Amino acid sequence: MKIKFLPLAFALGLGLIIPTAHAQLRVEITGAGANRLPVAIADFAGERAISQAITSVVRADLDRSGMFRLIDGAGVLSDKANPPFADLKQRGADAVAAGSTTETGNGRFETRMRLFDVIKQNTLDMEAYVHTSTQLRATAHRIADTIYEKLIGEPGMFSTRIAYVVKSTGRYELQIADADGANAQPALASREPIISPAWSPDGSKLAYVSFEAKKPIVYVHDIATAKRYVAANFKGSNSAPAWAPDGKRLAVVLSKDGGSQLYIVNANGSSATRLATSSGIDTEPRFSADGQFIYFTSDRGGSPQIYRIPATGGATERITFDGSYNVTPRPSPDGKSMAYITRTNGRFQLALMDLATKQTQLLTDSAKDESPSFAPNGRMILYATEVGGRGVLATVSSDGHVKQKLSVQASDVREPAWGPLAK
Amino acid sequence: MPTAKFSRKLLSALSLALILAACSSQPPAPEQNAAGVESRTPANMDRSATTAPVESFDPMSVAALKDPRSPLSKRSIYFDYDSYIVKDEFQSLLVAHAKFLAANSNMKILIQGNADERGSREYNLALAQKRADAVKKSLSLLGTPESQMESVSLGEEKPVCTESTEACWAQNRRGDILYSGEY
Repeated sequence: MKIKFLPLAFALGLGLIIPTAHAQLRVEITGAGANRLPVAIADFAGERAISQAITSVVRADLDRSGMFRLIDGAGVLSDKANPPFADLKQRGADAVAAGSTTETGNGRFETRMRLFDVIKQNTLDMEAYVHTSTQLRATAHRIADTIYEKLIGEPGMFSTRIAYVVKSTGRYELQIADADGANAQPALASREPIISPAWSPDGSKLAYVSFEAKKPIVYVHDIATAKRYVAANFKGSNSAPAWAPDGKRLAVVLSKDGGSQLYIVNANGSSATRLATSSGIDTEPRFSADGQFIYFTSDRGGSPQIYRIPATGGATERITFDGSYNVTPRPSPDGKSMAYITRTNGRFQLALMDLATKQTQLLTDSAKDESPSFAPNGRMILYATEVGGRGVLATVSSDGHVKQKLSVQASDVREPAWGPLAK
Repeated sequence: MPTAKFSRKLLSALSLALILAACSSQPPAPEQNAAGVESRTPANMDRSATTAPVESFDPMSVAALKDPRSPLSKRSIYFDYDSYIVKDEFQSLLVAHAKFLAANSNMKILIQGNADERGSREYNLALAQKRADAVKKSLSLLGTPESQMESVSLGEEKPVCTESTEACWAQNRRGDILYSGEY
């Protein structure tokens, strides 16, 4: 059995940011996938003694992923005894998670989780987590990640974070929240717009574009220290930052030499090397996961379409051909597909292209989709859309089957970016 | 009347901005000057006409920049959807500014490009940059040196009209000329 300590330093780092009043994002599930794995998450023995239940967060995580069908009625089950396998099998569960939470003194708790295979009647995994009372949700996300990985065979994304911009009257706030929208913290507030947040590959920094100096300038913001520096501030406009997988360079769009063109700058703000040259617009660069290519939007062919260029420069290759407006390329973490926004009959919709076959699929039925962002395991896509004239965030599973909305009451939310897996 | 409605909206937006500026605990940052937009509205024109002194003005003086009788008070160039071509109807406006900049070589301008809300924010930022660049190029062809001009983009981020209608979007597809001291 492994003992896991939650990183206290990280929690303290976020605590340095001055919290302000803001509503928690809310999850609304509006669809369901086909072949979901039936799993029961029992209440853990002793968890009710703490104000907030861990297992309700675990269930919500697994449900939201679209990969599981939750089986109710398992009751309270401890990790210390075998669960009622026959009863669980009758209820239709293939697996069950049981557990316990006990206070170990000095404000610390130990939560144990044991995952059973209901069909084979054996133990799949046992874990123990040492945490404080303020780390209940974080512990629950770790448990959900473990269950996801054991049953699906790939990493979960429940312990990751998302960044996004909240606009209220005369105020723009760059916020960071857990992947389920809870625990939102402001990272930066400004009276001028903030757009295009992008996570560094190690999750420690956010690059973004701020208009506080009356023109767009690219900044890099260290999340733990809340310190920031200018990554690109040349004559004209500076925008669309995208991290190279090495975390040392950024692709940016500069207009310093005329037009909006692609450049590579060092993430510390030094040097700017031109990557491509066109007479039109080149923008929205994004590195492929292997760092080999940069996907971008260009109107060089007469309408905005998606192209790619080797990250070291060279010949460009056009990727999209259907329609007259295909923008915002986001190559998937496994490099096999690309999420982007396409315009059809005046509607802007999230689409997914298989890069090998060039087959495309519309993932949404909304009309004002923007800024798609893959979960680090590639299973879900977070994007901005509009409901009732208000900006909201939504997620959709990469197969298009499971959709949900995340919303902040009475605010306008936009520009989401899904952070990397915790290191 | 749509123009009256528009100006009323602008006035309330401006007063709201002033209230917010007064209430905000943010570090002081000058508010974006929506130059050209104010002076373009008929309400303002009427008021200025009745209150402005009757005496003549120097068309090449700095005061002329904000004098509604001067073509220099017109600061906005409007564009078609998904286009960054400067239409002929704005040529006389640009000629006036080019002449002023030639006569006042110490003055500089910031050209801010804007886009309507439809589509990708970053693509709109680039599109609005193209509009600002197109205005700069027009002035350059009229003899204005590069050293007196900077073209930047505000993308779709600073709309003067926030309704999702073509009338509103047309107001937002725009290049604005701001002079030294106005930005």
